[in-house]
Amino acid sequence: MEYEFDFKAVLAYGPLFSQGAWTTLVLTFWATLAGFSFGTVCAVGRTSGPRWLQALVGAYVEIIRNTPLLIQAYFLIFGLASIGIRLPIMVGVVLAMVVNIGSYTTEVMRAGIESIKRGQLEAAECLGFSRAQTFLHVILKPAMERVYPSLVSLYVLLMLGSSVLSAVGVEELFGISNRVQSATYRNFEVFIVLGAIYLALTLVLRGVFWGLGQVLFPRRRKLGTAL
Amino acid sequence: MQALFLLSLLEGAFGTIVLSILTFICGGAVGFVVALARLSPIRPIALAAAAYIQIFQGIPLLVQMGLAYFGPILLGIDSIPPLGAATLAMSIFASAYLGQIWYGCLLSVAKPQWEAAETLGLNRWQRMTRVILPQSIRIATPPSVGFMVIIVKNTSVSSLVVGYHELTYNAKIINNATFEPFLYFGLAGLLYFMICYPLSVQSRSLERKFNVAHR
Repeated sequence: MEYEFDFKAVLAYGPLFSQGAWTTLVLTFWATLAGFSFGTVCAVGRTSGPRWLQALVGAYVEIIRNTPLLIQAYFLIFGLASIGIRLPIMVGVVLAMVVNIGSYTTEVMRAGIESIKRGQLEAAECLGFSRAQTFLHVILKPAMERVYPSLVSLYVLLMLGSSVLSAVGVEELFGISNRVQSATYRNFEVFIVLGAIYLALTLVLRGVFWGLGQVLFPRRRKLGTAL
Repeated sequence: MQALFLLSLLEGAFGTIVLSILTFICGGAVGFVVALARLSPIRPIALAAAAYIQIFQGIPLLVQMGLAYFGPILLGIDSIPPLGAATLAMSIFASAYLGQIWYGCLLSVAKPQWEAAETLGLNRWQRMTRVILPQSIRIATPPSVGFMVIIVKNTSVSSLVVGYHELTYNAKIINNATFEPFLYFGLAGLLYFMICYPLSVQSRSLERKFNVAHR
C-alpha cells in the first residue's frame, strides 16, 4: 500500500496549532516561575531548616520524583475536585506542574547551595552583610549560576512533559492536535507537524534561557567558563 | 469488588514493568549504537547520531508514541499492537537519552587511557572492548539505573495514544467506575513509588560506591 501524505489539510489548522503552542508556552512560563520559587524555598528548607522541615522536604522530593506527572495531575485535579475544591483547569494544571517541577528544582538548587564554600559565608559576615544580603548575593545567585544549565534542561523537559496534561482536558499544543486529528483524519501528518513544532519550541526556549543567562550572569559571560 | 479493583491495579503495574523492561533492553541496545556512532571518526555518522539525539530529546514522548503508532502505515502495516507501538516509541525515546548518557561516559574515560592503549599496539576494536568499555560501564551504571526510573514513569503516557493497558490507564478506568480519585490514583502513585524508589536508592548507592573506588 502506497501512503500519500497530505499536509495541506493539516496545515490549514495553523492558527489552531499556534494557539495551542501559545498555551503550552504560557503554562511553561508560569510553572517555571512558580516552580523555581517553590523549589528554591524548599531547597533552603532542606539545607538549613529545622530537622522536621528537612525530613518533610526530603519526603516531598522522593514521592514526587518517583511518581509520574500524569498520576500527580489526576490526583491533584480530580482528587481536589472530589473534595469540593474545583480549580479552573489552567490553575489546576499549573499547580500539578509546579508540584512536579518544584521537587526537581529543590534537588538541583540544593546541590548548588551546598557547593557554596563556608569561607564565602564567613567573608560576607566580615564585610558586614545582613542575612538577607548574604542569602541573595553570596548564596542564591552564585548557586543558581552554577546549576543554571541543569535548571534550563529541567524547564525544557517540563515544557515537553506538559503534553501529557492534555489528558486532564487542557487545550495545549497536544490537546489541540486531537481536534485536528478528528477533523482531518490525517493522524500521521498531525504527529509529524506536532513534532516539528515541539522541536522548534525546544530551540526557542533554549535560546531564551541562553539569553536570560547572559543577562543574569554577566560574570560568566566575561570569563567564558562554567565557574 | 474492591479486591477486583486492586487486582486490576496490580495487573496494570505488571504491564508497566513489562513495558519498562522491554524499553530498557531495546532502547539500551539502540542507545549504545547511537553512542558509538557519535564517537565515530566518520563525520557524517557522528553528525547523524548527534542529530538523532537532538531530535528525539526535543520531541515529547507522546508525539513519538503517535509517530510510532501511525508511522507503520508507510510500510503498509495498518495497525500495530499497543505493546509493540509503546515499546517502539519508548525505545526510541530512551535510546536518545541513554545514547547521550553513554556517549558522555565513553568520553569521560581519560584521554591518556586511549593513548596508552594505542601505544600498546591495540587496534580500535581492542581499545574499545578491553580498555574503554570496562571503565565506562562503571561510570555509566548509576545514571542508567537512574534513567530506569524515568522510563517507568514515562510508561504512564502510553495509554493516551496507543491504548496500552498499564498502571495509569487501569487506575483511570477504576476511577471512572468508582469516582474515588484520592484512593485509586493514590494507590497507583504508591505502586509507582514502590517500583521506582528502590531503583533511585540503588542508583545513588552505586554512585557513591563507584565514586569511592575512583578516589
